[in-house]
Amino acid sequence: MAAELGSRAMFVAGGTDLFPKLKRRQFEIDTVIGLDFLPREIHNGSNECTVDAGVTLADASRDAHVNARFKGYADAAGLVSSPPLRNAGTIGGNLCVDTRCNYYDMTYEWRKAAGFCMKKDGDICLVAPSSPRCWAVSSSDTAPMAIALDVMSLRLRATPEMRSAYVKLRRRGSIDFPIAGAAVAAQLDGDIVTSCRIVLSAVASYPLQATAAEAFLKGKRLDGEAIDQAAELAARPAKPLDNADLTHFWRKRMVRVVVEQALHRISDQGAGFDG
Amino acid sequence: MRDRPHPPLRGDLPGERGGENLKVVGRPLPRVDAAAKVTGRAMYADDLLPARTLHCRILRSPHPHARILSIDTSAARRIPGVVAVITGSDLPIKFGILPVTQDERALEHEKVRYVGDPIAAVAATDEEIAAAACDAIAVEYEVLEPVMSINAALGVPKDERIQDYGGPNNVHKFVALEFGEVEGVFERADHVREDVFFFQGNTHLPMEQHSAVATYIDGKVTLWSSTQVVHYVHRALAKVLELPMHRIRVIGAAHGGGFGGKTDPFAHEIIVAKLAMMTGRPVKCTLTREEVFYAHRGRHPVLMWVRTGVTRDGQITAMHFRTALDGGAYGSYGVASTFYTGALQTVTYDIPAYRFEGCRVFTNKPPCGPKRGHGTPQPRFALELHLEKIAHDLGIDPVELKRRNFVKPDTRTVNWLRVTSCGLEECTEKVMVASRFRERKKQAGHGMGFAISSYLSGAGTAIYWNDMPHSEVQIKVDRGGVTAYCGAMDIGQGSDSVLATIVAEELGLQPADVRLVTADTDTTPIDLGSYSSRVTFMAGNAALEAARKMRALLVEAVEAGGHRFEDVTFEEASILAEARFGTLATAGSYTPPKIAGPYKGSGVGPSPAYSYSACVVDLDADARTGLITVNKVWIAHDVGRAINPLLVEGQVEGSVYMGLGEALMEEQAFRKGLHKWPSMLEYKSPTFLDMPEVETFIVETIDPEGPYGAKEAGQGPLLPVPPAVCAALHDALGVWIDEIPVTPEKVVEALRRKEKGEPARYGPSAFPSIPYPPTIKVEPPPKDPSATAASI
Repeated sequence: MAAELGSRAMFVAGGTDLFPKLKRRQFEIDTVIGLDFLPREIHNGSNECTVDAGVTLADASRDAHVNARFKGYADAAGLVSSPPLRNAGTIGGNLCVDTRCNYYDMTYEWRKAAGFCMKKDGDICLVAPSSPRCWAVSSSDTAPMAIALDVMSLRLRATPEMRSAYVKLRRRGSIDFPIAGAAVAAQLDGDIVTSCRIVLSAVASYPLQATAAEAFLKGKRLDGEAIDQAAELAARPAKPLDNADLTHFWRKRMVRVVVEQALHRISDQGAGFDG
Repeated sequence: MRDRPHPPLRGDLPGERGGENLKVVGRPLPRVDAAAKVTGRAMYADDLLPARTLHCRILRSPHPHARILSIDTSAARRIPGVVAVITGSDLPIKFGILPVTQDERALEHEKVRYVGDPIAAVAATDEEIAAAACDAIAVEYEVLEPVMSINAALGVPKDERIQDYGGPNNVHKFVALEFGEVEGVFERADHVREDVFFFQGNTHLPMEQHSAVATYIDGKVTLWSSTQVVHYVHRALAKVLELPMHRIRVIGAAHGGGFGGKTDPFAHEIIVAKLAMMTGRPVKCTLTREEVFYAHRGRHPVLMWVRTGVTRDGQITAMHFRTALDGGAYGSYGVASTFYTGALQTVTYDIPAYRFEGCRVFTNKPPCGPKRGHGTPQPRFALELHLEKIAHDLGIDPVELKRRNFVKPDTRTVNWLRVTSCGLEECTEKVMVASRFRERKKQAGHGMGFAISSYLSGAGTAIYWNDMPHSEVQIKVDRGGVTAYCGAMDIGQGSDSVLATIVAEELGLQPADVRLVTADTDTTPIDLGSYSSRVTFMAGNAALEAARKMRALLVEAVEAGGHRFEDVTFEEASILAEARFGTLATAGSYTPPKIAGPYKGSGVGPSPAYSYSACVVDLDADARTGLITVNKVWIAHDVGRAINPLLVEGQVEGSVYMGLGEALMEEQAFRKGLHKWPSMLEYKSPTFLDMPEVETFIVETIDPEGPYGAKEAGQGPLLPVPPAVCAALHDALGVWIDEIPVTPEKVVEALRRKEKGEPARYGPSAFPSIPYPPTIKVEPPPKDPSATAASI
C-alpha cells in the first residue's frame, strides 16, 4: 500500500506527533496507514530485552524489567510529553519523531506569513539563513538513550555492570519536548568507568554523541571532579539555536548541567542488571 | 470578621433574611450546571449545527502593517462548495467596544495593522473548502514598516502611523492627573525612591476557542456566541449590520472560559451574521487556536516608573506613577486600561498625594484589552515590589511597612474612590499565621514573599454613559415552578449558581429548584455582562430585589389564607399567590451609586465595593540554573460574603494558577512582526505538575451594599501572586527581577550582575521620555474621620 501511494501516504502508530502536523499542513497526504498490526510486547531474555516498536511509551516506562535493567530508557520513555499522549505514543514513533523548530512547527498560515523554510515548501533555513542545511532540533527523548545503550533493533542488551540514566530539561513538568537532555549508559567496574556513551538531545538536528567526554571518562573513577570535567567536554559541541523554548544562550549553559546530573545518577545508581 | 454586626440589607420588605440563619447562601453546594458541564451535555457554540449550516473561514493578514491595494476573490468564488465571499466593502462600518474608539472593521479593505487582521471571509459547505477558498483569494499589499515596541511607537513612524487618531506619532491615549500637591511633599520626605518595572503582555488562554453561529430567518438575525457580553455584541451587530436592535437576537451559548478575552464584540460574530443574511443559511465560525491568539485583547505589556516619598518609619507621603502601555493595533478597552494602570494603587495604601501619568500606544500587534484584573496586575506588581524595596532601604520589615499604610474601611482615597468594607488586615494575618512567614529561616535558595491586592466588584460606570440599571432580573412563579431571567452570562465563574442561590434563599428553595434563563437579548432583561467582576454584586442585588418582591407576594397570599408562610410548601404558597394575584412576575434591578469624583476620567476606578487579597508564596530557586519551584501559596481573600464558598475557592485557586503562569512563563512574544508561538504547546502556561499546593482562606467582611454582603472573587486574587513570587525570589537569592515573566535566564543574569558588583537586578533600565500633557490637578476629597459607608 505504501509503495503504491508513495509520498501521498504516511504510517501512523500513536499519531501524537503526526496528527498535529497534518492539521498544520506540515505533511500534505491523502492516506495514513495504521501500524496497529505491529507486535507490542516487551520480551525479557536473560541478558537482553526486546521492545516491540508498537509498545506504548507508557507501557515501556512502567515495565518492571525495563526499569530494573535500563533505568535510563524507562525514564526517557516516561518523560515524553504527557500521560495521555504516552498512552497513545509508541516507542517506535518516538524514535522516529520528526525534528522540531519553532519556525516549522506552525500552521500553514503562519509559515506562509513568515516565509516558508527549507523543511517544507521553502528554500532557506530561517534560523540560520546563510546555512545550506536545516537546523531543526532532534527532540526525541528515547532516541539518544537508545543510541547511548547501543541499541540494535530495539534490543536492549544488558550486562551486569550496565547503568543508564536520562535527564530531560523542559520548561514545565509535562507535555514539553526537551530543550536539553542527556542520555548516559555506562559500564562500571567498581567505580571505574569501563565504557560509556553520552548522547545529547535537543542541541542539534540529530542526537549528538559527546565522544570527547566518553573518551575522557573511560578508565576514570566516576567522582565529582571527573563528572565536572566530562560535563564540560560534553557541552562543548552542543549548538542550540534560537528555534526552541527559552534562549539558546541559557540552553547551551544547561547542557553541562543535565550531563552532570545524568552522570551523578549513574554514579549513585546500582548496576542495572538484577540490580 | 463574621462577628461584625450585620448591616441592614437593601429593601424594606418584612422578613429581612440578612441574618446568619441563611439556608443556602454560604453553603458549598455544587454548581447548578455542574452535571451538564462535566458530562459534556452543555451546548457550546461549536456544538450547534443547524440544518444546512455553512462553515466560515477568515482570510487574515500575513503582514503586521500594510496598505491593501487590491483584493481579488474571483478564484475563490469559483471553487465548488463556496456559497459566499465577503470583503471589507461588504462591512464598511467601524465598531469598537468603547464609544470613543470605534476603530475596527469586521474585515479590513484599506489597511491591515497586525498579522491576523481579518480581510475576507468565505462561507462554504465545509470548513476545508472555505479554507481552500481563503487561500485562493489574491491580495496585493503595499508593505509598511511595522511598529513593534513602546519606544518605536513613541518615535516618528518611518512610513505612516497605525491609526489616524490619538496623540503624537503612535500615541493612542494620554492621562495626566494629580491629586494633591506631589512635588513639595517629595522634597520634604525622609526618603524618596524611584524604580522602573516591566510587565510583559500575556493572553487569556481559555479552553474554548471563540465560536459563533448565526441564522437569518423572517428578517431577523439570531447569533449564538461564546461571548461574555451579549448586550455589547447586540449593540455592535446593530451598528455594523445597520439593523434595528429588535431585529437581532444574541444568545450566549454555554461558555468554555473568557477571562476578559471574549468581552469585546468580535469580527467573526459580525461576519457570520452578515453571511447568514446574504445566504439565508446558518453560518458558523469557530476560530482556530492560532486565531484566538490574534483575537487576543489580553494583558497589555506595561512599562512603569514609580517614585514614592516616605517618612523614616515608612509612612507614604506622596507617589508619582507613570505607565506606558503597548496597546496593539486597535483601541479595544485601551482607554479604560490606561486609566486602570493608575487607579487602584490608592485603594490598598493610603497615599495622601498622588500623581498619575499614563500613555497607551498603538503597535502592529494583536490588540490588547481586558484580562483578569484589567489594567491593574501590572501596577500592582510594580507597587508591591517598589514598597518591598523601600522597606529594605529603611530596614523595616516589608510586611510591617505595608501594614502601616493599609487603607481603612469607610474612607475615600485621594483620587475619590470610595472604600467601604476592607479586610486587608484580616487577610494579611491569615496568610502570615498559616505560612509561618515571620518564623521562616534564612536559607539560600529558599524564599517566601508577601503581597496584597484589591479589585473592583463591578465597574461603577457602564461602557456607554446612561442612567439605566446595570443589571435587571425578572422572576416568574407559576404552578409551583420558579424561573429567573437575567442577561448575565455564566462564563464558568458560576454566576448562574449565584443567581439561583439568591433566589432560592429568598423563596425557601434549593438552588437546583430554580430554573434560569440567562444571556438572551430577546428573553432576558439587561445585564451588562461578565466583566469587571460585576455579576455577583450587580445581578446578585437585582436578583435579591426581585426575589424579595416575589417572596412578599407569596407571604401575603399565604397569610391571607390564614397560614404562616413557614408552614406551607412553596408549591402551596405559589398556588395561593397565583390565585390571588394572577400572573406572578416580579423584577429587580441594580444601578451602582454615583460615587465618581469631580474630574474628567473619574469614571474608571469607582466600584460599589472592593475585594481585598493577601498572599504568601514559598519557593525554591536554583542559583546555578535559575530554575524556580513554587512549593506552596497561601492566599486569603476578602469576598465580603461567600454566597457559595466552593465557587469562591475555585475562583481564588484559578486566579493563583493564572497569576503563577503570568509570573513565571506566559508571554506574548513577537519575532519579525509575527506572534512567536500562537499555539498551546509553545505558549507556556503551567501544567498540573507545575501547580503547587494552594491554601485558601475566605475572609468575610459583609459589605454593606453587596447581596448578603458579597463582593467579587474572580479577579482580585490573581494580582498579589506575581509580586509575591518576585519578593520570594529576592528572599531566596538576593536578586530583584523587576520584569514579568521571571524566566530562568533572567535569574541567572541578575545573579551574574550581582557577582560582578552591579545592581543585583534584572529589568528595564529606564523609562522613556513621554510628552505627557499638562497634569489636571484635582483637589482631594475632604477627610472626615466620622465617615461611614453611607455618608462618604
